[in-house]
Amino acid sequence: MRKLKLIPDDTHIPFIRSRYLALGASTLAVIASMVLVAVMGLNFGIDFRGGTLIEIGTEGPADIADLRSRLSGLELGEVQIQSFGAPDDVLIRVETQPGGAAAQQAVVDAVRAELGAEVEYRRVEVVGPTVSGELIEAGILAIVLAVGMMLIYIWFRFEWQFSVGAVVALVHDVLITLGLFAVLQLEFNLSIIAALLTIVGYSMNDTVVVYDRVREKLRKYKRMPLAELLDQAVNKTLSRTVMTSLTTLLALLALYFFGGEVIRGFTFAMIWGIVIGTYSSIFVAAPLLLLLGVKRDWSGAGAGEPDGNTAKSAN
Amino acid sequence: MLYFPRWKYTLIAIVCALGFLLSAPNFVSKETLADLPSWLPSNQVNLGLDLQGGSHLLLEVDVDTVLSDRLESLVDDVRQALRDARIGYTGLGNANDKVSVRIRDAADVERAMEILRELSVPVTSNVFVAVPERDLAFEENSGRISISMTEAARNERLTNALEQSIEIVRRRIDELGTTEPVIQRQGTERILVQVPGLDDPQRLKALLGRTAKLNFHLVDTSVSVAEAMQNRPPSGSQVLPLVDGSGGAVLIRRRVMVSGESLVDAQPGFDQRTNEPIVSFRFDASGAKRFADVTQANVGRPFAIVLDNEVISAPVIREPILGGSGQISGGFTVTEANDLSILLRAGALPAPLEVLEERTVGPGLGADSIAAGEIAALIGFAAVIIFILVVYGLFGVFANVALIINVALIFGALSLLQATLTLPGIAGIVLTIGMAVDANVLIFERIKEEVRSGKTPINAIDVGYSRALDTIVDANITTFIAAAILFQMGSGPVKGFAVTLAIGIITSVFTAFTVTRLFVSIWLKQRRPAEVPL
Repeated sequence: MRKLKLIPDDTHIPFIRSRYLALGASTLAVIASMVLVAVMGLNFGIDFRGGTLIEIGTEGPADIADLRSRLSGLELGEVQIQSFGAPDDVLIRVETQPGGAAAQQAVVDAVRAELGAEVEYRRVEVVGPTVSGELIEAGILAIVLAVGMMLIYIWFRFEWQFSVGAVVALVHDVLITLGLFAVLQLEFNLSIIAALLTIVGYSMNDTVVVYDRVREKLRKYKRMPLAELLDQAVNKTLSRTVMTSLTTLLALLALYFFGGEVIRGFTFAMIWGIVIGTYSSIFVAAPLLLLLGVKRDWSGAGAGEPDGNTAKSAN
Repeated sequence: MLYFPRWKYTLIAIVCALGFLLSAPNFVSKETLADLPSWLPSNQVNLGLDLQGGSHLLLEVDVDTVLSDRLESLVDDVRQALRDARIGYTGLGNANDKVSVRIRDAADVERAMEILRELSVPVTSNVFVAVPERDLAFEENSGRISISMTEAARNERLTNALEQSIEIVRRRIDELGTTEPVIQRQGTERILVQVPGLDDPQRLKALLGRTAKLNFHLVDTSVSVAEAMQNRPPSGSQVLPLVDGSGGAVLIRRRVMVSGESLVDAQPGFDQRTNEPIVSFRFDASGAKRFADVTQANVGRPFAIVLDNEVISAPVIREPILGGSGQISGGFTVTEANDLSILLRAGALPAPLEVLEERTVGPGLGADSIAAGEIAALIGFAAVIIFILVVYGLFGVFANVALIINVALIFGALSLLQATLTLPGIAGIVLTIGMAVDANVLIFERIKEEVRSGKTPINAIDVGYSRALDTIVDANITTFIAAAILFQMGSGPVKGFAVTLAIGIITSVFTAFTVTRLFVSIWLKQRRPAEVPL
């Protein structure tokens, strides 16, 4: 059987040579992302902003203009109405009402009274101001905690330079993803936090595979220049990196196109995350080791044996 | 790495078979399951609210009401105690979470303090404290006594109110006859309610949103309602609006004639003459006696039926009601009568509940999501399988069989743990399918390298497996950490994602290191290949 070969066996791409270019581009992208998030802001969904979301199904294509005029008569403040995936599927978003929890619930009653029973109420979500504040806190905490745990885990398994390099790559991925969401003004909700955490996990996974190979080579080739060694490690793992990214992307693309409108934002974030995570493990995590300078004497540990003690003795 | 003793071989086979067996119930209908012998596994994966439709409500007990109710009754107690002791006082009232009163005669202050201190009782909640804390704290400043609740007393009241609310909520939801509702305490003030497969989520909210305090009061006819509204209502009386929304109001005497706590039953029905929907009720013995006494003494006068500070109706007592039962009519619809009887049977909430968060998914969207998730999963699965086959050939077949076993194990584990499958959870499975091959890819790529460095096939495969192991463990633990945090922090749908992701990570490492390795080892033994077809 003839097999498809994506990466030739003797591939040797000098990734490290273009490190300044890559790191420069990444730094720029990260700064741009932070500026974009600060200036344009994220398009927070009701999970974080509070308010009401009602998805309705109409018989036949929905008349958005008519819906808009009918709902604006209710004086509920800002009301967004948009078609959702299909012409007979409409998403109605109403901002948080002044007053307590009861005032938010009144929105649902008002909209139901106006639209009556002729539409199908596919989904109703109401998030009060207290809860949305807590969800923001929990979301930020989750991401920070995840990154922190990764930092500690890699520190134990490798050395601090690896740990710093991996976490910088992670933060890089998360920030650029946030930047993309700001530019495209895609809805940022709880499921995007879940996607970000998965990106953190995946990006780490990719980086660990490269770092693992770097460590192995550090033990084997004590005198090889670090730049050359890093290049070899990245190239040796390249076919795996590409294969895994491709199979994961295949699965995610199937979800994106066929998984329905509800999780499209979630899958989009993850597809982007796989791309940026793969990029960062090659172009950010590896060159960072060169900049940080790793310890070359690994003779303390037995060859081929991953050892937490090495990490400790380095401190 | 390639030698498998017989017991290992058997164990792997058993685990895989269990995976298929446990996941099998998910592929047959519930009816078929019921017909199968009972020793076969019959647990299906639980579908989350986003897939089967249903309501998720986060409710909060109104803390202020709970505490101010207590202070209100404390005012009454203080009044009674001072009157009984014939101590003159002014300015009795409650403000800023405190009840305060001024004692007229400075000579009485000490005696008043003594008497009032007797109002406080020990707080029972903490058994570890030798001297139990009292529920009230007293302060005296030049004749003004202020009484506040201690921290322990507040906590105890809130805990009691929450527990009582949960019980009432449970009773009300049980009346709806839905299957497997979740009613959980969250923190100190909140209740999480999840009701799957509900036709009318508005009705659920209407049922939970009412305190349902029912009281019978006498109507005050000494002045007209208009007069009472214009001037002040006579002392001991109060103007309450009519529930029918007509804008009308009734002047009632504050004193509760009979309270709803004395009700033992309430049923919806129809009035025999007018055919109007009504709710008929029955009092317990003491309630029946009080009701009989009051109606006997007040024939010809109107009394008011008050629900949550709104008057349902104010009929005239035509004759004494001695049997302890009666009926309420108030222009109800059939559903309203039905719901009111549910509320009365279940009892009143200690304080109003507010809906902090609602997430309701209709059955239509749930079914659409399942269909879309299934299609996406199948297409993703097929695409990955074909891709792996094209790239790795024979070894791809090994990896693909492992992948299929992997999916069976995920479903088996989900069914066994009775975990909840949500739409993001389906995404988690699809993502795992994509990532599951990672372990195999790592191994295969490693074997290829070892072959290139001149090792014999057996040697290359052996070294490939052992070298890849550390990398695979390290790489997967990081994703597992992310999944664990998601599980801790997430709610509902997101939690479902974390569960499938975490299970998927474990099963994919397992299959890569046992199933594929076993296949490779058998293949090596039988074929004794001269080269590795990778």
